[in-house]
This record gives sequence, structure tokens and C-alpha cells, in this order.
Amino acid sequence: MARILTYAEKNTWIHRLCGVTKLTFFLGWSVIGMLTYDTRVLMTMLIISLLIFKVSKTEWKQVGTVFKFILLFLCLNLLTVFLFSPYEGVKIYGSRTELVHLFGHYTLTIEQLFYEFNIMLKYFTVIPVVLMFIVTTNPSEFAASLNRIGISYYIGYSVAIALRYVPDVQSDFIKIKHAQEARGIEMSSKAKLMTRIRNMASIIFPLIFSSMDRIDVVSNAMELRGFGKHKKRTWYYSRPLKKNDYLTIAFVICFAAISLTITFYDGSRFYNPF
Amino acid sequence: MKMKFGIKEVVATGIGTALFIVLTNVQVPFGIVPNTALQSRVAVITFFAAVFGPVVGGIIGLVGHALGDALFYGGVWWSWVFPDAVFGIAVGLFAAKYAIKEGGFCTAKTIVLFNIVQIVGNAIAWILVAPVLDIVIYAEPANKVFMQGVLAFIGNIVVAGVLGTLLCFAYSKIGAKSSGLKKED
Repeated sequence: MARILTYAEKNTWIHRLCGVTKLTFFLGWSVIGMLTYDTRVLMTMLIISLLIFKVSKTEWKQVGTVFKFILLFLCLNLLTVFLFSPYEGVKIYGSRTELVHLFGHYTLTIEQLFYEFNIMLKYFTVIPVVLMFIVTTNPSEFAASLNRIGISYYIGYSVAIALRYVPDVQSDFIKIKHAQEARGIEMSSKAKLMTRIRNMASIIFPLIFSSMDRIDVVSNAMELRGFGKHKKRTWYYSRPLKKNDYLTIAFVICFAAISLTITFYDGSRFYNPF
Repeated sequence: MKMKFGIKEVVATGIGTALFIVLTNVQVPFGIVPNTALQSRVAVITFFAAVFGPVVGGIIGLVGHALGDALFYGGVWWSWVFPDAVFGIAVGLFAAKYAIKEGGFCTAKTIVLFNIVQIVGNAIAWILVAPVLDIVIYAEPANKVFMQGVLAFIGNIVVAGVLGTLLCFAYSKIGAKSSGLKKED
């Protein structure tokens, strides 16, 4: 459970940016990353992401374990792509340059390697930005910024409650897990599949039912304090936008326009060097 | 349809999302195909959508999956975030029919309806939406993403069918107690 990423208070210009700026940047960046498959754009994005990551003074120990996990997942994914479709790259780039014959009908081609390299880049351009967003944005400010970008404050408040209660639910989870283990229920991978599902149930049932009680308590408290009486509300953590915020938002909009133009200039989202 | 979004729904969405996030890595993996496992968090979204309706279910799927991915794995796989929202909405659409809080989830008819909805919802989400988004966004090979989609579908119908049904049934029993008074003759 120690692996979860958390906000860490520091004083860099990224931390000083408004939550709404970082949210806009993160969403914009994700959209560009989703749309483009152009290697040049992806490389530029990767370099910028790494620079931002460097500037935010995030330490390796904050994100190291998560990062290793991503790498493992990514390698598995690339391997599966190759096993399922060894000539996807050939199909996309329309040429075939064979490197080595491996086994059966699996031949390694330059096109496939290039295609998989692009998949990797696509994942890597977003990861530093997500990590940075999580470790530099105060959760309370995050909820306020959701409201700022036009989402109903009811939903913004739901997200605030979610982030507020993650640690509480987590400690409940651990307590219930220890209690069940003390009663002799095996939680590790040693148990059989069906037993593990049953054991999963023995944690989830008490966890969800105690959460249902918590919902009653919290919603009664909010009702007593008159939540939802007005159409608008103010946020304790909301801050006015400053010069750097406008610059960042302008940057991400310009970058989106330029990169999408480059990507779709020749009618295909792939950059074809072959 | 329960489209109301009042204080109770705000809190239910919040706590449901928190549960969904916490249970992100509580899963029993099967096979070698990455990203597929019996996920306990599926039980959470199924139950909350069935009790509180489509809006709550949809937001738990969307926000819970995006934040859960971001907090645990440091990346957001949007092509797998949206299907969870679709599933939450699908199950929630029939929330009034299950009448869980009113103690109506005890008849065979409701349980069958719930499971049909759950299976159809999962099919739309994981066999249709997820692979299509994977192809559109990440241009991954079709056979690989459909394979992953089908595995996710199987895993999720097992969890939603077994744990989801049992949760709804048990909560319906508890909820029914409050209205268990009978008029005296």
C-alpha cells in the first residue's frame, strides 16, 4: 500500500501554478498524446515532459516504485503486441524490411520495431505529466479547479470527498484485512483461485457496508450545514490566475495546434520514414 | 430512472470513488495477458450503480478509474477509463427496478434482470468500447485488444455476477428491516 503516489508540498514554480492550470495542461497533454502518432511530435513531447518533471524537483523515491511497475507493464504490453500481430508495423508503414527470422512465422522487421517504439513513446509522453500532476497538486485545490473548468460543484465536491476519504478507506481496508488474516484467512497468492475470490469477498463485504454507514453520516452532516442551497459556492483553496498560469495555458493551446497540424499535415497520423 | 443528484448522491459518489481507488490493486490476476484480472473494484461500481443510479455509477467509473490509474500506476489509460463509465451508467439505468434500498432485491426476477443488465453492460463496455478505443487511440493490433477485451469481460461478469449480486442481496435484506413493520389487525 505504500506504493500509492501522494501530493508533496514544495516550492517550485510548478507547485505555485493554479490547480486549474495544471488540470488544463494535463487534459490537453493527454488529448494531444491520444491523437498523435507522429514520432517527431512524440519525441518533442517526451523531452518537454522530462524537462517539466526535472523542474518540479520530484525525487526518485517519490515515484521510483511506480515507475518500475510501469516499465514492467509496458514491456509485457509490447511483447503481447508482437506476439499477437508481428506485422502490424508492416501494415501501417506499407513496406517490409526484415531483420532476423525468429521462429515459426515470426520475423522481426524494422517497421514493427519502429511501430512498437512509437507505442512506447506514446505511453512515456504522458507518464511524467501524470506523475507531476499528482505529486504537485494539492487535492483540495484539484476539486476547486474542476469547478473552475465548468463542471458542476456537486461533482467537484464528490471528487473532493473521494480524495479526502482515500486514506480513511485505505486504513479501514488494512484493518479489515488484518482482522480476517487473524481469523486464518489466507490472502497471499498461495491460496487457490476460488478460495482467493471468497477471501476477497470477506474483505469487501465489511468494507462496503461500513462505507454505506459512513455515507449516511457524512451526508447528514452536509445536509445540516445546508450544502447545495445555492447555485454557486466558493472554494477555500481556489486562487486567482496569475501571469505564469496564462502563459502555461497559452503554451499548451499553441502546442496542441502546432503538433496536430504537423501530425495530420500529410493525411495520416503516423510519421513514415520508410 | 433515478436521475436525481442530491447530497446523498454527492457523498455516495465520493465514497464510492474512494473505495474504487483503494481497491485498484486488490485483484487476482489470471493468465499472462497484461491488464486482465479479477478486479475487486468491479464489485464496488456494480453495487453503487445498482443502489444509487446511472450518474453515480458513471462518475465512479470515470473518476475512479482515471484517478486510480494515476495514483497507483502513474499513467491514465483513457481507452479503459471510458468503458468503466459506460458500465456504471448501464447498470445504474435500471436502479429503480432493483429497488435495493426498499428491500426489493430478494426475488428471483430482479436478480435475473440485474444479471442480464450486468452482462449486457459488460459486453458493451469491454467487447465493444474498450477495444475500439484502443484501436482508435493507441492503434494497437485488433486481435490483441479484442482478446484483452474478452478476458476483461469474462473477469468482470464473474465479479459483478457473484460479488455484485451477493452485495445487492445482502444490502437489500438489511435495508428491508427498516420497513419491516406490519400493520396490526
